[in-house]
Amino acid sequence: MNFEFPQLPYAYDALEPHIDKMTMEIHHTKHHRAYFDKFTAAIQGTDLESKSMEAIFAEISKAPLAVRNNGGGFYNHNLFWEILSPKGGGEPTGKLAEAINTKFGSFEAFKTKFNDAAANRFGSGWAWLSVDNDKNLCVCSSANQDNPLMDVHDCKGTPIMGLDVWEHAYYLKYQNRRPDYIGAFWNLVNWNKVSENFEKALK
Amino acid sequence: MALLSGFQVKIKTTMKKNIFSILLASAVILPFGLLAQTAVKSKTKTEQKPVTAVLSAKSSASIESAFTGSGEDWFIEAGKAVFPALPYSYEALEPVIDKSTVEIHYDRHHRGYFNNFMKAVAGTDLEKMSFYQIFGNMTDFPAGIRNNAGGFYNHVLYWSIMSADGGGKPSGKLLDAITRTFGSYDAFYQQFNDAAKTRFGSGWAWLSIDFKTDELFITSTANQDNPLMNTEGKRGFPILGIDVWEHAYYLKYQNKRADYVENFWNKLNWQEVQTRYNDYFRLADRLNK
Repeated sequence: MNFEFPQLPYAYDALEPHIDKMTMEIHHTKHHRAYFDKFTAAIQGTDLESKSMEAIFAEISKAPLAVRNNGGGFYNHNLFWEILSPKGGGEPTGKLAEAINTKFGSFEAFKTKFNDAAANRFGSGWAWLSVDNDKNLCVCSSANQDNPLMDVHDCKGTPIMGLDVWEHAYYLKYQNRRPDYIGAFWNLVNWNKVSENFEKALK
Repeated sequence: MALLSGFQVKIKTTMKKNIFSILLASAVILPFGLLAQTAVKSKTKTEQKPVTAVLSAKSSASIESAFTGSGEDWFIEAGKAVFPALPYSYEALEPVIDKSTVEIHYDRHHRGYFNNFMKAVAGTDLEKMSFYQIFGNMTDFPAGIRNNAGGFYNHVLYWSIMSADGGGKPSGKLLDAITRTFGSYDAFYQQFNDAAKTRFGSGWAWLSIDFKTDELFITSTANQDNPLMNTEGKRGFPILGIDVWEHAYYLKYQNKRADYVENFWNKLNWQEVQTRYNDYFRLADRLNK
């Protein structure tokens, strides 16, 4: 088995006050952990065991639903923890900033588009910034634990930044106020990591 | 409002026990019913009937609000919908569902669906369509209608089939139907719990009556969809629904949805579920199945 359950790259209370300690702890040790455990159980003894996440997602329509839901849940949270940081916030620089300006006109216009994707996703899901197959940036959202790497997704690409908008990601602190959580998220974005993901996706 | 609702529940319970209290109950509840009617009338001056007149006269709940979760709700025109009172106080479902969850769920989430729905139908042909018609033709409408009409209606049903003194088991014709379809109450209980626990992401689990066979069936739906919508593979008349969006249980149960689902039964008002079951057969000639 190639897969390992990751440690958080910071303490549970590191993202306070934007994301509270209890939310982080339950999110990581219960939700994320359960996706990982169920995913590894679902692929154990199958051909999928030796494949990469990317390869599994590329043919997810042929896999059992448990692989789609739990594999997505495992991968998406890995990305989410990585692109957050207690020292996050601000704006991207370099090539990523140029690509955002080229695609969306400005950083503010990009933010608005991403906020809309996150706020308007009805029910459980994620908002994404991805690099599509033509190497252009794109913003979209997905239901539940789907992501842009999956062949079932209508906006395919390589996700470089994701925002979890399942209620479990924010309900203890924000309850029904999802837009406040989305607003707080920008104080935590680790643009260095998103830039790194961007460079990798271009290759 | 919470106090008022709690009082009304007491009256309803008494009514079932003592026929003489009906007069008292009417005298107490009627003024609030009239207030609701007045508010609706002022918006729709040309309408002959007040909303409550559409409802069955025998239901005390119909007086306190136009939306009660009863079968007649399906035939109310969307433009005349009113946001119903919660039929009990916010803390009435403790310890199964905590006060804070009920308050936010009812006053923020449910009210949000209602407000968004009313905004979406205002000035459109949908104002004159019943919920039953809208759900039956859901594929004709934008997602905003589907999500908010469902969110409004599903919660009305949800609140209506719980009570402070719920629990126990069904009886009579409903129990017969459950036994006929599932083999036993325990088998039904298991199947319903499974549907509620395994719905991935936001959604609902339902016990409904199949339009084709008049028999019961269990399904779950995503987000705010429900079994009346023509987006569903198997359609029917929902008589029991449990909300499994995380907002329904997260403050108290967090990731432990299974505990919420199992505790839910302790607040389930089987009498109301039985009433929904009877509604279906009573209203059969109005259901264009």
